[in-house]
Amino acid sequence: MAASDGRSGPTTKQRYSLFALARNALRYHEGWQQAWRSPEPKKAYDVVIVGGGGHGLTTAYYLAKLHGVRNIAVLEKGWIGGGNTGRNTTIIRSGYLWDESIKLYDHALKLWEGMSQEINFNVMFSQRGVINLAHSEHEWREMRRRYEAIRLNGVDIELVLPDQIKKLVPIINIDPDIRYPVKGGILQKRGGTARHDAVAWGYARAADELGVDIIQNCEVTGFERAPEGHIIGVQTTRGFIAANKVGCVPAGHSGMLAEMAGFMLPVQARPLQALVSEPIKPCIDKVVMSNAVHMYISQSDKGELVLGAGTDAYNSYAQRGSPNHPEHLMAATVELYPITSRLRMLRQWGGTVDTCPDASPIISKTPVPGLYFNCGWGTGGFKATPGSGHVFADLIAHDRPNALAAPFSLDRFRTGYLVDEHGAAGVAH
Amino acid sequence: MQLIPCPWCGPRDDAEFHYGTEAHVARPADPTACSDTEWEAYLYLRRNTKGPFAERWVHTNGCRRWFNVIRDTYTHEVLASYKPGEPRPDLKGRDAPQPAAEKDA
Repeated sequence: MAASDGRSGPTTKQRYSLFALARNALRYHEGWQQAWRSPEPKKAYDVVIVGGGGHGLTTAYYLAKLHGVRNIAVLEKGWIGGGNTGRNTTIIRSGYLWDESIKLYDHALKLWEGMSQEINFNVMFSQRGVINLAHSEHEWREMRRRYEAIRLNGVDIELVLPDQIKKLVPIINIDPDIRYPVKGGILQKRGGTARHDAVAWGYARAADELGVDIIQNCEVTGFERAPEGHIIGVQTTRGFIAANKVGCVPAGHSGMLAEMAGFMLPVQARPLQALVSEPIKPCIDKVVMSNAVHMYISQSDKGELVLGAGTDAYNSYAQRGSPNHPEHLMAATVELYPITSRLRMLRQWGGTVDTCPDASPIISKTPVPGLYFNCGWGTGGFKATPGSGHVFADLIAHDRPNALAAPFSLDRFRTGYLVDEHGAAGVAH
Repeated sequence: MQLIPCPWCGPRDDAEFHYGTEAHVARPADPTACSDTEWEAYLYLRRNTKGPFAERWVHTNGCRRWFNVIRDTYTHEVLASYKPGEPRPDLKGRDAPQPAAEKDA
């Protein structure tokens, strides 16, 4: 169906299916419908979402689907999924330490399990299992504590000893005399990976079907407020756009956006780096994370080993980091997985992650009425994508956080009720 | 790699340093007199500037002394380095933030 400008009602999309694939194959794939429109921004919206990554798109999708908001725009300064959504190492798990985090991340994990069917887009969600390794006595003790905390929340988790890990991951080196010996680990079988671009594209398509305007190449340059303080719209590179409510989901630029709105956030923007190797035959069918050495590894469907490093310690918006981090990562990788020693790396890149003092996100109202922030996911936002959008849409629709989002409000930095996840976040920051 | 100019040791690899976030944040003289909001601001709220930014570094694997650097967080260009207690140097407009659109181009 052709899109008409200015329309905000739902549109009907052709279903993606095996039959659609066969039908289009016979027509030389010239009959595929556009996945989402690129409309001109309207003058006013009920809700404007700033940031067209996974979290922003899911927020718009759930606002339209569950809360009946029909007049929504998603403003993206670059292109859909061009930020951290397309830069992360796609690990999905819910094995955190504190009840608040486990509930939030497991809420997301349950949504992942039905995502491809719900949005009719194959996000290649693969529950291949995620193993977190302990490399010292202390870490092993902390990990067993976390294991009990996860079990008490009714979430699946198993303790695995080195010989069990060796069976699950034959390429791993469990020699006790190496620099990072494997003391044990926890395995979450429901965890895994997904195709990150597909998540952005699938939700963009699903939100567009519900009438959401996705506006790319549109950067927010300021916020406009009524004399009594309530938000009335945003200034953008494509002009002023009025809005009753504005939800900011900016990943790496939340501090800058907050400064534009006249308040400060407890976040720091840091580079986080990752690499992929040349493709090789299947050799590892789990995700394995080593918190102590800041390396995590999985194999993509193309056969590339996907490797993630730690964050650089300094503030940066450059989307690149210092080479000592990939070097450190590769040293640990070669020791733990000796078959990688002659593997060539194809690509290396960085993204800007906004980190919080307690390594937990901010999903909150702000000092500006009508302005909401969902940010500070640090190094692990991808796994939360559907859950983050789900609870943030609820917060925007009702102007109060639900039980899942409430512990992640901004006031925790004043009350001191922090949700300290430095141990479980996977990467120190 | 970034070269961080230590005022005592000269330019060194950033791996030798630890980072101390925003510079010129004074600890409240009497913490017990602070409101929760003031203490939150001191503990947690730091500017997160995109562009020239005055920040603290410590030369952990060198002279182990703290100092301040003005560094562009978008280009990684170092504009100044100075010892603690010294005032922020006047860079005659070189540290003025550039318009975002121009820098992103």
